[in-house]
Amino acid sequence: MSNPTDCRYTREHEWVRKDGDTYVVGITHYAQDSLGDVVFVELPEVGASISEGASFGVVESVKAASDLYAPLSGEIVEVNERLRDEPDLVNHHPYDAGWMLRVRGSAGASLDGLMDADAYAVYLETVH
Amino acid sequence: MTENPGDQPLRRTPLFETHVSLGGRMVPFGGWEMPVQYPAGVLAEHHAVRNGVGLFDIGHMGQVEVSGAGSLEYLQWLTPGDVSRLEDGQAQYSFLCADDGGVIDDIIIYRIGPDQFLVIVNASNTDVDFAWMRAHLVDGGRGVSQYLVNLTLLRPDRTLLALQGPQSLETLQRCSATDLSGLGYYRVMSAMVAGVDALVARTGYTGERGYEIAFDECDAGAVWNTLLEAGAEFGIVPCGLGARDTLRLEASMPLYGHELARSVNPYEAGLSRVIRFEKGPFVGAKALQAVQSSGRVRALIGLELTVPGIARMGHQILLPSGEVIGEATSGGPSPTLRKSIAMGFVPVAQAIEGAHLCVEVRGRRLDARVVAMPFYKRAPAKRREASPPG
Repeated sequence: MSNPTDCRYTREHEWVRKDGDTYVVGITHYAQDSLGDVVFVELPEVGASISEGASFGVVESVKAASDLYAPLSGEIVEVNERLRDEPDLVNHHPYDAGWMLRVRGSAGASLDGLMDADAYAVYLETVH
Repeated sequence: MTENPGDQPLRRTPLFETHVSLGGRMVPFGGWEMPVQYPAGVLAEHHAVRNGVGLFDIGHMGQVEVSGAGSLEYLQWLTPGDVSRLEDGQAQYSFLCADDGGVIDDIIIYRIGPDQFLVIVNASNTDVDFAWMRAHLVDGGRGVSQYLVNLTLLRPDRTLLALQGPQSLETLQRCSATDLSGLGYYRVMSAMVAGVDALVARTGYTGERGYEIAFDECDAGAVWNTLLEAGAEFGIVPCGLGARDTLRLEASMPLYGHELARSVNPYEAGLSRVIRFEKGPFVGAKALQAVQSSGRVRALIGLELTVPGIARMGHQILLPSGEVIGEATSGGPSPTLRKSIAMGFVPVAQAIEGAHLCVEVRGRRLDARVVAMPFYKRAPAKRREASPPG
């Protein structure tokens, strides 16, 4: 699966996509593949703040729990409620139905420090 | 050079290349490099075993042959179970216990013949177990000497596969001219499988009907492939350590290093049925008798989380008041029951079915309920089966 060009990527394998005046956040195909079957996603409440580089939640696969890291700072305006009953959406549709957070970016929030799809593809070569 | 065992290269079973070519994700486990899952994924592998059939490489398990005229007397002294109750072709779940009653390993003893036994031990404990077994060849004035017993570590010459699931008999039977349908639970027999001399045992670690098959390691690839072809009709998949763990957790089978350890005795783990004081003295008997008369202090319990979340090994178990009373030893999703389950040790007074307890997961207190084990028990077979060894 190729990584969408309309997303930016973190070194911890989250993606973020600008959608109007908000940002949508999820984990990459590589991340879901490495984790294996996702069985639980622990996300913060709507209204909570996240800060760039800090853990905002946990994704549990059958075998282990892994932290999720915020690609930007901001306030959560929506979480993907479907993941409560269908956590495997993260495996099957990591870039759309398996999204996790919708965030209103803080003033000055920027994705400039994140990788684009090409840079992320190169980065993946180094972590294999 | 250091003597850190972590520096030792990982060992590989004869099927290593096969696993890699099947897309198996290889991970270190007990000193071995083993597949944790294949591309189907842990959940699909788990369901295949519950509903059809799955094939596991368990060539990392240790196999020790005990032979010679003193074998029975030796095993009676070495282990807490009554080995004299075994007939030829029968198996017994048991332990190696230390003098203080702590568990060195959990094992399965197969009686192949009157003076020939096969002992299967955990991969990570094989070296410790074998040293312990050798040290007890000349023991405490029991009159057993190394001249009457031969101990042989069979691995790596011999390997082991596990074929598990409701369709395991049909799959295996297609690969053997020997009628295997009469082989009862915890029984073992010789049979040709895929044209190879094998020992076939009706044992496993999944809570499902299944077989464990031991044979010469040179034939590993051929037997593996033949079983996969024979099971294709039933949707057979190769299964890794991930599914092995979720399956055994649902069946509440202990895993050494989790529910069993040097610091745990069989009473605490709920496995005292293995112990037979009436058979005579054995290693650890005094300490275990003391536990029996004074009562165990803590007990292994099953927990079902009543809120979303997953408890893992090491997470604290608390009373609703917040008092910490124990620790989870294993935990994870139950794919069959679609629940979140865990096992752990708590004081006996709190080991009450139905009791409300909590598990602390990353600073959050998750509600849980003490439930009976095993979490999962398969529907009884239609035919009456030989009862497991007591």
